[in-house]
Amino acid sequence: MTKRASAVSASPPRRRSKYTLAPLTLIAANVVLFALFFVWPAVIGLVYSFTNYTGVGAFQFIGLDNYHNLFGDSTFYDALTRTLLYTVLFVPLNFALSLLAANLVVNKHAKGSSVARVIFFIPWLLSPIVVGVLWRWLFGENFGLVNYVIEKLGGSAVPWQSNADLSLLVVVAAASWMWTGFTMLLFIAAIKNVPVSYYEAASLDGAGPWRQFLSITLPSIAPTSFIVVLLNTINAMKEYPVFVSLNNGGPGTSNNLLVQYIYQTGFQRGQIGYASAASFVLMLILMAVAIIQLIVNRRVENR
Amino acid sequence: MTTTDIPRKADADPGRTVSKKRTRGAVSGGIRQAVSATTLLWILACLYGLPVLWFILSSLKPASDLFSYPLTLVPHHPTLSGYLTAWRSANFSQFFINTTIVCVITTILTVGVSCCTGYALAKYDNRWLKAFFICILATTMLPGEVMLAPEFLVVRNLGLYNSFAGIILPAVLTATGCFMFRQFFLTVPDELVEAARIDGARELSIFLRIMVPLSRPIMLTLAILSFQWRWNDYIWPLLMLNDPNKFTVQIGIQSIVGAQNINWSVLLGASVISMVPLIVIFLVFQRYVMGADINAGLKD
Repeated sequence: MTKRASAVSASPPRRRSKYTLAPLTLIAANVVLFALFFVWPAVIGLVYSFTNYTGVGAFQFIGLDNYHNLFGDSTFYDALTRTLLYTVLFVPLNFALSLLAANLVVNKHAKGSSVARVIFFIPWLLSPIVVGVLWRWLFGENFGLVNYVIEKLGGSAVPWQSNADLSLLVVVAAASWMWTGFTMLLFIAAIKNVPVSYYEAASLDGAGPWRQFLSITLPSIAPTSFIVVLLNTINAMKEYPVFVSLNNGGPGTSNNLLVQYIYQTGFQRGQIGYASAASFVLMLILMAVAIIQLIVNRRVENR
Repeated sequence: MTTTDIPRKADADPGRTVSKKRTRGAVSGGIRQAVSATTLLWILACLYGLPVLWFILSSLKPASDLFSYPLTLVPHHPTLSGYLTAWRSANFSQFFINTTIVCVITTILTVGVSCCTGYALAKYDNRWLKAFFICILATTMLPGEVMLAPEFLVVRNLGLYNSFAGIILPAVLTATGCFMFRQFFLTVPDELVEAARIDGARELSIFLRIMVPLSRPIMLTLAILSFQWRWNDYIWPLLMLNDPNKFTVQIGIQSIVGAQNINWSVLLGASVISMVPLIVIFLVFQRYVMGADINAGLKD
């Protein structure tokens, strides 16, 4: 599909500006939706982040107080660092697992790869809530299959739920498990686009499979890798439902992530202005991540 | 990690494998590679499949057997009682119907709107269209979760709070959908449009009569993706809906998890029921997802 796209889009440019009404009609619905549910919230969110609005009644502009308080709020810092830690763990793990799965599935030596592909993909069909329930069932401290097996093998029960770090790791594993199928599809499409002649030339020169993977596959799929890292970073930064159903941000509040923090301050404590300020910090982080990755990607491509 | 552990795409090329089979050493090397690749593939597949298998088999156990040691993989007395209790209890069937309504309407709207936008972006080149394309791509960077509070206020001000429209409308615009249709329509030759114009067809009827029927495979792919996003969405319906009669399946499941004492039998049953529609849709339309060239501008 991509090949056809590049072949046809190379056709010479025509004067098309005479058509205004038709394209305008076609995009009208999306323009309205974009204005209503994207521009409008972004603008009032920015405005409210400078106020003490509670969702009802009057409000006053309080300048940068919300942002000031936010940076003095240890709960916010905990949520922020926990979110960053989660992202740093989730993105590489998911990347490695998906790339491994994709490579195994496209390998013609591997038997039954079409069935395996479906197996890898099924977790993506489950909702984050159900994934949380499923892993809670597996990693229950007193009743879970995992601790049962560990005890059968002579170990002692691992506190998957009551230890904050272990419980974060369970969520990281659950989320990586859930997202593998989708990321794998992106990698499969990329790997299939690498010209076979590269590998033929490399094997004539005596390069082994591992060497070919490092010197041909990885550089060739770099654009896809870039998109995968970007998408997964965004997904990780906004993760919420898996945590809610797996351990409810627990034990205690130790694994409350940013979105949960925003949800609680905004909707359970009614501090809309304050929550909007937190949202804007999250937005700035996401934009910074996107820009840094774009720059790095440019630099790598131009080399 | 040894070198044979890493499967190579190059080995996938049949022509090359055949030419390599001339020497004996290469044959045994090929077999060794086949064995190691297949083994690794299936170890990984088991790791991914087992949690789901254990979950489904557990849901078939009667409530009294769930925690009885020793744990067994296959239930001794398989029963559907967990499913039945879940289906009957706490409006679950109502949640199921609500979610279906929301998913179907959102999916139809998303496919329609994305198809129109994608076509306009691919086949007309006005400067403001390019600007709008960048705007759409920007929505990928800023998911709804980031603007939770202000988006809630907007929907409330529109008078859509506690209605299905409040969950449906904000979800209709997706960058992925527009992008997929744009990529597809770029592959349709412009000569087709030009020929129709020469024949005197009007712009919108070219779109409706020629382009829409051509894009059926993309429609199906996007429909499946959109259905999955909406079916599994949790936080937005949770914020928007207040009336328990309008809740969606995911809120229903989370309310069982959030209870003081989790009723695992009902929870397992409800979760498995909620998985069924997507898995059935996926297995039927598998090739539209697996063969799709989904590569950028993805949301959710």
